[in-house]
Amino acid sequence: MPERKAARAKLRINNLSMTFRRDGNAVDVLKGIDLEVREGEFVCILGPSGCGKSTLLNIAAGFLAPTSGEVWIDGELVSGPDPRRIFVFQERGVFPWLTVEGNIEFGLFKLSREERARRVAHYIKLVGLQGFEHSYPHELSGGMKQRLEVARALAVNPDMLFLDEPFGALDSITRLGMRSELLRIWELERKTILFVTHDIDESVQLADRVVVMTARPAQLRRIVEIDIPHPRDLSSPRYLELRDGILEEIGLAHKV
Amino acid sequence: MKGDSIRSWERYVWPLLAVVLLLLFWDAAVRWSGTHVFPSPGKVQRGLLELLQKGLFFQYVGDSLFRVASGYLLAAGLGIPAGLLLGWYPSAAYTANPAIQMMRPISPLAWIPLAVIWFGTGDAAAIFLIFLSSFFPIVVSTMTGVRNVPPMYRQAGRNFGLTSAALLRRVILPAILPQILVGLRIALGVAWLVIVAAEMLAVTSGLGYLVLDSRNAGQRYDLVVAGMLLIGVVGLMMDILMRRLERWKSVRWGFRYET
Repeated sequence: MPERKAARAKLRINNLSMTFRRDGNAVDVLKGIDLEVREGEFVCILGPSGCGKSTLLNIAAGFLAPTSGEVWIDGELVSGPDPRRIFVFQERGVFPWLTVEGNIEFGLFKLSREERARRVAHYIKLVGLQGFEHSYPHELSGGMKQRLEVARALAVNPDMLFLDEPFGALDSITRLGMRSELLRIWELERKTILFVTHDIDESVQLADRVVVMTARPAQLRRIVEIDIPHPRDLSSPRYLELRDGILEEIGLAHKV
Repeated sequence: MKGDSIRSWERYVWPLLAVVLLLLFWDAAVRWSGTHVFPSPGKVQRGLLELLQKGLFFQYVGDSLFRVASGYLLAAGLGIPAGLLLGWYPSAAYTANPAIQMMRPISPLAWIPLAVIWFGTGDAAAIFLIFLSSFFPIVVSTMTGVRNVPPMYRQAGRNFGLTSAALLRRVILPAILPQILVGLRIALGVAWLVIVAAEMLAVTSGLGYLVLDSRNAGQRYDLVVAGMLLIGVVGLMMDILMRRLERWKSVRWGFRYET
């Protein structure tokens, strides 16, 4: 998609490093990360479990301060969380004491009552939760809770979403469905998305670019451009070629 | 809801049957042993009627409830904010926790002499003892509740731009409400348990006073047992009421794993 390549940089990460102190030992988690994400782009950060990709996302969202380096978004230095960019946890991030409506309305406290009602209705419909407006999260399935959390994030109209392995707790069938849901919403709303996953297929199905990380301390190994238009055919030669390329990059065999 | 096999009438019939059997056993045991000190259920029933006729029944129940309610509400009013504060500021908890944990195992009974020095004999001393008995459970359950709020709830709250005050009101409080309720229920049980001791402090009314006074003045064991039964029944009713609160829809989520 050449027209999107021309878009301006939304997020810029400069020489970012993170060291945690644990039991008196210094543990390097991230080392010298440089990354640029364009406006409206869908970028997957792919790496093995525990490599520090979640830490990278938490720093970008402003929940953690890096040991060195910085994150710039829209030309501003990130110094804390901001409602213009919403972090989506695995479905456990929804508030269990609020109904579906109450959750979606949570971030809309600055808006008028009419505007709140309009947005709640719009996003309930967008994520297909009609009929569950007054249900509590414990009455919903895992996939519904995840859609609810995405709706809560979108309702405040952020220009960026950070998703931290959002479908990790779902079964593989629900997960496939959620991916096409997310892509549909992304086509409609054109948010810039930074999506952390350890699932190679997931990253190749979703992203414009896949950022492949090394094991800890995480560094950028390679950035893979996924030049297949949506909807993607999961058995097309190009899809398999890109997926196998990443498999090889990580050093895994393609036979089980 | 869970598809269990207990029919609704059985919930009431079997427990009632157990009570009836216990009363029959009690009656038979008194007859069989031929005791003259320990009263039969019939004698206790006549004792209760006597209390009703003298107008003491409702006065004593009311006085005990008043003392427990005063001490307990005071404990909740101070304990919940204190617990929030201690849970919110780790340094405050770090500073105060050893002192709290040291005060907690001291039985309210041990405070009786000090209560008498500070408040004299009367309602205030009794209320103070009730307060002490329920304050610590409420503080501790609130504090641990705040500490155990999953970090992602706070993060989500901050992400949507909430100020600290709004975060406390819209995220922390609703998140810990189920745990506060559990703490309140336990504290109410303890407060009621302590009423007999609290009413030893030369107050001249209440169910605890009834139990002690009936023995001291005239060995009226029928009234002793009547007082004990009343304490039990009122305690049971309070617990039923507190459990009702757990079905309230904004806290129900916190109790769904309990049966």
